[in-house]
Amino acid sequence: MKFIVSLILIILLSFCACLYLPWWSIAIVAFIVTALIPQGAGKSFLAGFIALFLLWGGLSYWISVNNHHLLAHRVSLLILKMDNPYLLMLVTSLIGALVAGFAALTGSFLRNRKQPASRVL
Amino acid sequence: MRIVPLIVFAVITTALVVILNSSLVLPAPLGKLLSPQHGVWQNAEPADQDFTANLKFPQLTGKVNVYLDDRLVPHIFAEQENDAYFVQGYIHAKFRLWQMEFQTHAAAGRLSEILGDVVGGSSVLEKADRQFRRLGMTYAAEISLKEAEKDPATKAECDQYTAGVNAYIGSLNESSLPIEYKLLGYQPEKWTNLKTALFLKYMSFDLAGHDDDFELSNAKSIFTSADFDKIYPTIMDSLDPIVPKGTVYPKPGIQVKIPATADSLYYGKKEIIPIIEQKPNKDNGSNNWAVSGKKTKSGAPILCNDPHLGLNLPSLWFEMQISTPTFNAYGATFPGSPGVIIGFNDSCAFGFTNAMRDVRDYYEIKFKDDSRKEYWFNNEWKKTDFRVEVIRIKNKPDYLDTVAYTVFGPVMYDKSFNGSRSTNDKYYAVRWKAHDASNELKMFNLLDHAKNYNDYSEAIKYLHTPGQNCLFACKNGDIAIWDQGEFPAKWKRQGDFVMPGTDSSYMWQGMIPQEENPHQVNPDRGFVSSANQLPVDSTYPYYLGGSYPPYRGFYINRKLNEMNNITPQDMQTLQTDNYNVFAEMARPVLLNNIDLSILNNEEKKYFDILQAWDLRNDVNSKGATVFVNTWDSLENVVWNDELARTNLPLMWPHESTLLENIIKDSAFSFLDNINTPQKETLADDVTMAFKRAVFTVKNADVAGTLEWAKYKDTKVLHLARIPAFSRLHLPIGGGNNTINAANAQHGPSWRMIVSLTPQTEAYGVYPGGQSGNPGSRFYDTFVDTWAAGKYYALWVMKESEENDKRVLWKMTFNKM
Repeated sequence: MKFIVSLILIILLSFCACLYLPWWSIAIVAFIVTALIPQGAGKSFLAGFIALFLLWGGLSYWISVNNHHLLAHRVSLLILKMDNPYLLMLVTSLIGALVAGFAALTGSFLRNRKQPASRVL
Repeated sequence: MRIVPLIVFAVITTALVVILNSSLVLPAPLGKLLSPQHGVWQNAEPADQDFTANLKFPQLTGKVNVYLDDRLVPHIFAEQENDAYFVQGYIHAKFRLWQMEFQTHAAAGRLSEILGDVVGGSSVLEKADRQFRRLGMTYAAEISLKEAEKDPATKAECDQYTAGVNAYIGSLNESSLPIEYKLLGYQPEKWTNLKTALFLKYMSFDLAGHDDDFELSNAKSIFTSADFDKIYPTIMDSLDPIVPKGTVYPKPGIQVKIPATADSLYYGKKEIIPIIEQKPNKDNGSNNWAVSGKKTKSGAPILCNDPHLGLNLPSLWFEMQISTPTFNAYGATFPGSPGVIIGFNDSCAFGFTNAMRDVRDYYEIKFKDDSRKEYWFNNEWKKTDFRVEVIRIKNKPDYLDTVAYTVFGPVMYDKSFNGSRSTNDKYYAVRWKAHDASNELKMFNLLDHAKNYNDYSEAIKYLHTPGQNCLFACKNGDIAIWDQGEFPAKWKRQGDFVMPGTDSSYMWQGMIPQEENPHQVNPDRGFVSSANQLPVDSTYPYYLGGSYPPYRGFYINRKLNEMNNITPQDMQTLQTDNYNVFAEMARPVLLNNIDLSILNNEEKKYFDILQAWDLRNDVNSKGATVFVNTWDSLENVVWNDELARTNLPLMWPHESTLLENIIKDSAFSFLDNINTPQKETLADDVTMAFKRAVFTVKNADVAGTLEWAKYKDTKVLHLARIPAFSRLHLPIGGGNNTINAANAQHGPSWRMIVSLTPQTEAYGVYPGGQSGNPGSRFYDTFVDTWAAGKYYALWVMKESEENDKRVLWKMTFNKM
């Protein structure tokens, strides 16, 4: 339950934060959420990772579909040197996921003295 | 709290963020770029994007409605004329901001600031920025702006336009920035009237910035004067000038005097100059023509224009209708400048081709010493002015370039700057017409308002630089063309070579009086036309200088003479005609001189293709590829031995020069290869050229690119040369010397046809799209239509047609 709540909170708060703050506010959100909702390190990491994977993946997918992938075709060719919109979405998701995952992991160590040490992924 | 892992992972997270927010490790700040709420995803415009908007601004005095049609062409309806310029600025910025700023940064010599000093191994600092700083682009723009702002109407127009651009810039945030800013990592700055002036100077550089003074000075020193005149003639046999041969010109208002010392200090002076100039594209040119009602089916004049310029995305052009109580104009506008540039209004239509005059000359300056503080002029030491150019460089300290200014203009080339690797210890000041005060914006404004020939002829008097063949046609039946500009009155070959700069005797002695500029109004032949050929024959009393390709003009005039009962559709066919009239003249020389007896079977196969070719540079033509390669190869065989005698920069002779020489004189002395003991003949050269050409042609054949369009490979490149944002491998024919002058990355940048019937019937297309956003479906909408030689009907909307199904969105602008 804590996991689901953290996950959803990170998704919602990240989205809201990014309306006003720079992109890396996702790290702050993930950090705060896992600091406030203590879980094992592994679960915390996963909560941040999956949250942003879903959020950034979902957002980029939604934007790109509405755009008929016009931009994603061009930008994937530019950045990834191959014409593959879905790969660009995957890279986008992974970047958000990694940053939020590590931030969440960091947050989990702020309060989890009593948690049994769970293995870091 | 577990302090060790906390710190460890905090550091890892921070490092991740820093890496993804910068270019320290990765080539780009990928986190920032790919964040769906900030980065490039935000530039992915929804396919059903709604452009409807209701906006309020304090700068407006009345109401402005903008209707965006299904091609994203804005139709602006303003209650007050100056409000229209505010909205034009806003709309230009909304769709083309990055391009507007990039072009003006380029003009101002500021590309290093955003790109860095070296890109892809090429020095942006030396080849672009210092080049433009030393040419005095900003200096020229400042002078122009001062002149333009003396005119209250122009000043108000520019002020409102600038305010409109800035109103849009003010509405941007990190997410809504154009994608190029995100990719290159910088922010737009405020627009200014100076930026508009800089943009127009960029066009002046492109169109009136060409000269070959250093190359010709070197050639003069290497070749005998007879040889020099043969390979660099000032007139062509095949010339069919803009003003027909035989026209009688009035006695010149200015009598130019050749300096007394010219034979020794100029014509006969031997010098070597290693300077390599960055030149505007040599293919910059255009076609335009207008036919009178007696040659058209409708009885109304038809005007056509297609300016040949570099093809870029976003395009140089942006289509627009501007309707105010004082005028109603439609056409191609320049993002960066107010008004309609090439277009038409309710009474008349106007278009331009480049006049090609040489208005950029160099003078050798004698400084007292290396400090450059004083130079010798008219028997005294004169004080130099200095302009310190501060060039900002991305991630590096500023570069300071101190440029000396003389009575002639800036000393462009010296020890510290010569464009080449070899040393140069001389000083060359540039006298460029674009440095003189003028207000070209006034011309466009008056043309947009013009109702008749008189209005037009008053308007074009404001065009000083770049000189253009200003074409006009009116609903009252008038057609006209003026080879207009403020042109220096030159003596024979003045300014072809570097001139002595120690006194005033070699300076331009005056400007050709405007009324003496070549022109034609309602000629009997029923048409006026220009295609960058010489405007006049040799009886014109002034020397023009410059390079003038004769062939497109020759063919256009032939066609227009033949044509009658012309419809706009006939004009579309003509404007996209791939017939190669140069090949019509050159191929017989090739075919008659290739020695068939020494060709192998493979060579014979390509000979047959050349022989059977229909002289059209069509998309699938193999003959065009064989011809072009054979001709290029012949030029190399004939000229290379003589021109390779030196490492100095020389000018490659024009194709008309070689063709006319070998047609006239089969014993043309340059046919001999000076590096062989025997004497080569025309047949030897042509046969060798053909055999060499076959080598290239065969490779193309093997690679499957023998068909002309594949071989030529026309593309429209993104302004920042990003291939992913470009359109490559376009199936379009044409090329050099065809009316459809589509070269590899250069060609008809806006095709327009206007039939001046009571209800104007107009067609147009440009290789781009209205939106500059690569993430918009309007980014490259017109490219395929353009390549296919098709047109869009240009809709001059009336505001009462608001509910027409072509109107998709409405933007309203109101006074706040």
